[in-house]
Amino acid sequence: MILVGLLAWVVLGIPVLALWGDGKRGRRLFILIQVGVFLLAVALAERYLDLGTLTAFGAELRVDVLSLILILLNSVVGLMTAWFSASYWHTEVQRHDFGVARQRLYHAMFQSFLATMLLALLSNNLGILWVALEGATLSTVLLVSLQRSGESLEAAWKYFILCGVGLAMALFGTVLLYFAAQPVLGSGAQALLWSSLHQQAWRLNGTAMAIAFVFILVGYGTKMGLAPLNNWLPDAHAAGPSTVSAALSGLLLNVALYAVLRFKSLADAALGGDFAAHLLMGFGLLSLLLASLSMLRQHDVKRLFAYSSAEHMGLTTFAFGLGGPVATFAGILHLVGHSLAKSSVFFSVGRATQEARSRELADLRGFLNRRPVLGWSILLSVLAILGMPPGSLFLSEFLILTVSLEKAWITTPLLLLGLGMAFAAIFRALLPLLYGEGGGPCSALPLRGLTPVFLQLSLVLLMGIAIPYPLDPWMQAVAGVLS
Amino acid sequence: MTIAVLVPILKFLAAWILLLSFALLAQRRLLSLTHLLAWQGGTLALSTALVAVLTGDGLLWVSAGLTLLLKALLIPAILHRLLRRLQVRGDVEMTLNATSTQLLGIVVVVFAFALASPLAGSLPVATHGMLGIALASFLIAFLMMITRRKAVSQVVGFLAMDNAVFFAATSATLGMPLIVELGVALDALIGLVIFGVFFFHIRENFESLDLHWLERLREDQ
Repeated sequence: MILVGLLAWVVLGIPVLALWGDGKRGRRLFILIQVGVFLLAVALAERYLDLGTLTAFGAELRVDVLSLILILLNSVVGLMTAWFSASYWHTEVQRHDFGVARQRLYHAMFQSFLATMLLALLSNNLGILWVALEGATLSTVLLVSLQRSGESLEAAWKYFILCGVGLAMALFGTVLLYFAAQPVLGSGAQALLWSSLHQQAWRLNGTAMAIAFVFILVGYGTKMGLAPLNNWLPDAHAAGPSTVSAALSGLLLNVALYAVLRFKSLADAALGGDFAAHLLMGFGLLSLLLASLSMLRQHDVKRLFAYSSAEHMGLTTFAFGLGGPVATFAGILHLVGHSLAKSSVFFSVGRATQEARSRELADLRGFLNRRPVLGWSILLSVLAILGMPPGSLFLSEFLILTVSLEKAWITTPLLLLGLGMAFAAIFRALLPLLYGEGGGPCSALPLRGLTPVFLQLSLVLLMGIAIPYPLDPWMQAVAGVLS
Repeated sequence: MTIAVLVPILKFLAAWILLLSFALLAQRRLLSLTHLLAWQGGTLALSTALVAVLTGDGLLWVSAGLTLLLKALLIPAILHRLLRRLQVRGDVEMTLNATSTQLLGIVVVVFAFALASPLAGSLPVATHGMLGIALASFLIAFLMMITRRKAVSQVVGFLAMDNAVFFAATSATLGMPLIVELGVALDALIGLVIFGVFFFHIRENFESLDLHWLERLREDQ
């Protein structure tokens, strides 16, 4: 019941915002809807504590521990994004003179983006999962091209075509999975339900599953920012509004990884070997290295942090490829920590780019002196994303490195190299950002919109010191779901 | 009796779809591309209907009707109208010459059949080789997207990829669950509307639909 309620609430938000999503009213409605989502997600978690895995609609919707963690994460980051969006979007509207229609488009598309991601997490049907991810892509295309400048159109086009191709591959992979499932589960909706597939996965045709998994990994991997098809990611992040960059990095990449993980557990059981695990490790490592190399060359602050998202997704994919209870725990912890920290980075950096009216690192200087609160929020969120102790990213990166030493020691130096390059690239940019002299003129904007940054960072800090109950046992249980 | 008659027809249609993929790969004129796409959609609808007769699955008729409506009529018609209204003329600019593209296409087909052959054993007789054809058409459409410059021809390549996936879904697996097909069709339609909106914005900004203009976002700017 609560599953249906949650879904109905987010979907209803779309027409509401399409009709009334302008001006102050629109910004408030947007926050109000996310507050509702958050409360419903908490109620869902409570229900899960009592009853365990929840299903609805004849098992078409299903929430287990993996999807529950991501639903909670999405609802928190969604709420914080809406909160930050209130002041950020207000400034954007004044700057670019956006009309009523454009404001409604922004809110409605943002809501449909959040709603489709939630559908992807709630759905037990792997076909519907694909439909939802495609829906999320289509909604973000319009968000990325919101400014209608040459740059944003180009970025949106690239995003559309590359992710479209990626999703077509993922659909082919889903068809192949259905093809493999038919002899076992018969034709009909049953053969695409993850829970029934999971029970019978060892009976699926191995060759078909291997080909299907390759298609799925390349397809959803494109969406997730995995190399080699990830060059849409920096453009889309840079060209879209910073709230959209935060949601892309903090939420969408996770949902795509979630889809890959669902397929991986099926492929593992069908193939019985390390085929899927090795692919994840290889692609993860490659993305980590390529993304951190690209980071060294960036001079646009949002592109820099977009590549950093690709780097972190690579590391997380690698962790899930390592497998086993510790690495899987580290992977999910890293996923959660990265979402919270990276969206904080985009909030604070987004505000800084608004104040300086530029995204060039050369123009963004000395924020700690000029705008102390903003400077601190940049400093703390960037330190969190760099994996400084006592943040939770330190813990997860440390765990991943430890397990890699034990299971695949040959990759550890490469991991360290990638992390080192990323650290160097970000740290080099951070110092002038905080203490640099000069820089262009800077308009002082109200700072109350930055509260979400500090709230999210305190969650990162809390998880780095002690993961609160019941999140801790849940994160440990994820390995059981995926095996 | 029916099977003996229908299966060869189905195989003929499958070959026809592959042939149309090659035609799309070779065609240089934009308007002709949309016609070829419509033909491919029509063939797809026909093959879906044949599978519906073969299996006696009523839901596949819905799927065939949907395919006919969307892929054979509506989507090509919208594209055609767009081309007319935007007054896009001229030939498709290719990054690779036609002969090498066709040769690459043949290599791709061989690869696809080699990949799909171990799976043929588990298929019913009627759909032997279908998966290979679907995979080949998919990869040819992908090749088309890589080698084309104009935004419109990339969209056509994208839709041809979609057709290939649909062909795999209907002929190799004898139909996906209806709810999934509805979702996919809905996404395709919304996607096309967004494409259309996009074309106008791109044209407004760059005064051309050549993607050449869309290459300013480079690494070393």
